[in-house]
Amino acid sequence: MTPLLKVENISKYYGNRLGCRNVSFDLYPGEVLGIVGESGSGKSTLLNCLAGHQEPDTGEVIFDTRVDGPKDTITMPEPERRMLSRTDWAFVHQNPRDGLRMSVSAGGNVGERLMAVGERHYGNIRSVALDWLDKVEISEDRVDDRPSEFSGGMQQRLQIARNLVTAPRLIFMDEPTGGLDVSVQARLLDLLRGLVRELGLSAVVVTHDLAVVRLLADRLMVMKDGHVVETGLTDQVLDDPQHAYTQLLVSSVLQV
Amino acid sequence: MNSEYNFAYLDEQTKRMIRRALLKGVAIPGYQVPFASREMPMPYGWGTGGVQVTAACLTPDDTLKVIDQGADDTTNAVSIRKFFEKTAGVAVSDETAKATVIQTRHRIPERDLSENQIIVYQVPIPEPLRFLEPRETETRKMHALEEYGLMHVKLYEDIARHGHIATSYAYPVMIEGRYVMDPSPIPKFDNPKMEMAALQLFGAGREQRIYAVPPYTKVVSLDFEDYPFEKGGATQGCGLCDAQDSYLDEMIMDDSGARMSVCSDSDYCRERRDAGYVGEMGVPQKTVTEDAA
Ligand SMILES: Nc1ncnc2c1ncn2[C@@H]1O[C@H](COP(=O)(O)OP(=O)(O)OP(=O)(O)O)[C@@H](O)[C@H]1O
Ligand SMILES: [Mg+2]
Repeated sequence: MTPLLKVENISKYYGNRLGCRNVSFDLYPGEVLGIVGESGSGKSTLLNCLAGHQEPDTGEVIFDTRVDGPKDTITMPEPERRMLSRTDWAFVHQNPRDGLRMSVSAGGNVGERLMAVGERHYGNIRSVALDWLDKVEISEDRVDDRPSEFSGGMQQRLQIARNLVTAPRLIFMDEPTGGLDVSVQARLLDLLRGLVRELGLSAVVVTHDLAVVRLLADRLMVMKDGHVVETGLTDQVLDDPQHAYTQLLVSSVLQV
Repeated sequence: MNSEYNFAYLDEQTKRMIRRALLKGVAIPGYQVPFASREMPMPYGWGTGGVQVTAACLTPDDTLKVIDQGADDTTNAVSIRKFFEKTAGVAVSDETAKATVIQTRHRIPERDLSENQIIVYQVPIPEPLRFLEPRETETRKMHALEEYGLMHVKLYEDIARHGHIATSYAYPVMIEGRYVMDPSPIPKFDNPKMEMAALQLFGAGREQRIYAVPPYTKVVSLDFEDYPFEKGGATQGCGLCDAQDSYLDEMIMDDSGARMSVCSDSDYCRERRDAGYVGEMGVPQKTVTEDAA
């Protein structure tokens, strides 16, 4: 089987400071990869390089495109990459402000991607938006409200709806539950897990939180100081960590 | 003409710079060309962009008309017209048909313009995407890559909030199937006129942008399939000249609040009255002749 995403030797420096180095992995259709590691270990840097938000210094990010098959998204022309990122890719930011248009209604936020790919029928856009609000458990009568009037959890769910409306095949998430109350986190995770299964999504999820990983991720990658120190099936890594750092990470969580 | 000024106030080098921007604008219809806007002896918001474009276009043989909201006698129009009378010594006229260069704020004349006319629009905010995307780097990229979904988000918001597309001024248009453009704050009633024989030039002074729509360019007002563009307009005739196809302004007539709707294009209205048309509240100018009726 062809990997949906094939990542080869991604390195990114900020001047002399290391962001991440020599990261490689394959992600297969329907698979969820979790990336954990302490603050500053390069998780966001890596994710941004994968999603085309930052340009890595070295490496390839090969995506199995619908039309042309596997293609390096780093060297592909920018219009094509931007098209990917609003059709086949999704990106859920930790801070909903980065992923939503706060001055646009919930319906407009969800509809934007549809309009971006040429949908020009208001009635259709609206009914798809209502459908998606329903899917992410936002009451339909909030469709004309702005996200600034929503709670943090609702904003995050709206961000997910806005991203998934074009039926992407790959979703990048950077701390999707960060900054939310524990009970709200749990509900969001449930929702995410349901959607990922139901839609057969592939995902790369960056998080601090091992509970998120246990619930969502099939495979796990542990980063430290910009490097990948351990990778494997989630249960295996969490139950039988090999690297000293992973052992520390797992035990520190268990102690809490 | 006051000979202490260079012709049309600006120095020749500045005019050449503006003309280069104009040529580029004409070559890429609807594309916003940056230009080094100069300080003009009037405040921003008083048409400094339009004035610079007009200055770069005028020749001594031109006849200039200046309108604001369709009228030649408003303060802004009068002062700009005087400015060019003084600095360029060109002929001026209120008559649309006689003018070779027309500078306008907020209207397109009712009478069809011809191939040997230029219309110069004063533009406050040239970027139609600004409302939803404040980052200039991003909007430039959106234009470059034809990513115009956001423009429809604005129209979507209109319908969601008001039940119809409520945008009635500066209604966005697609130029020749390529660039989305802000037509300046003209009423959407005027949008269909933009497919015209005359050259249309747009100047934004504070924002330092110039753009253009060459004669006979395709200009399409954005809309949805189920909410098509409607130019709107009056349901009644002009009170003075009875025009049924003209954009009307409402005027309050007396202390008791009596109102009258009259053509916003004062020259068009005068022309019709001269030809003998009389509205409900008008006074006959002369007897209606056979061919005018
Ligand atoms: N824009 C930047 N300029 C300079 N250095 C940066 C920049 N962004 C990140 N870094 C550095 O790169 C390294 C990796 O940062 P990154 O944000 O990828 O870590 P992270 O694992 O996402 O951390 P966190 O869990 O706190 O979000 C850090 O040393 C950080 O200081
Ligand atoms: Mg981070």
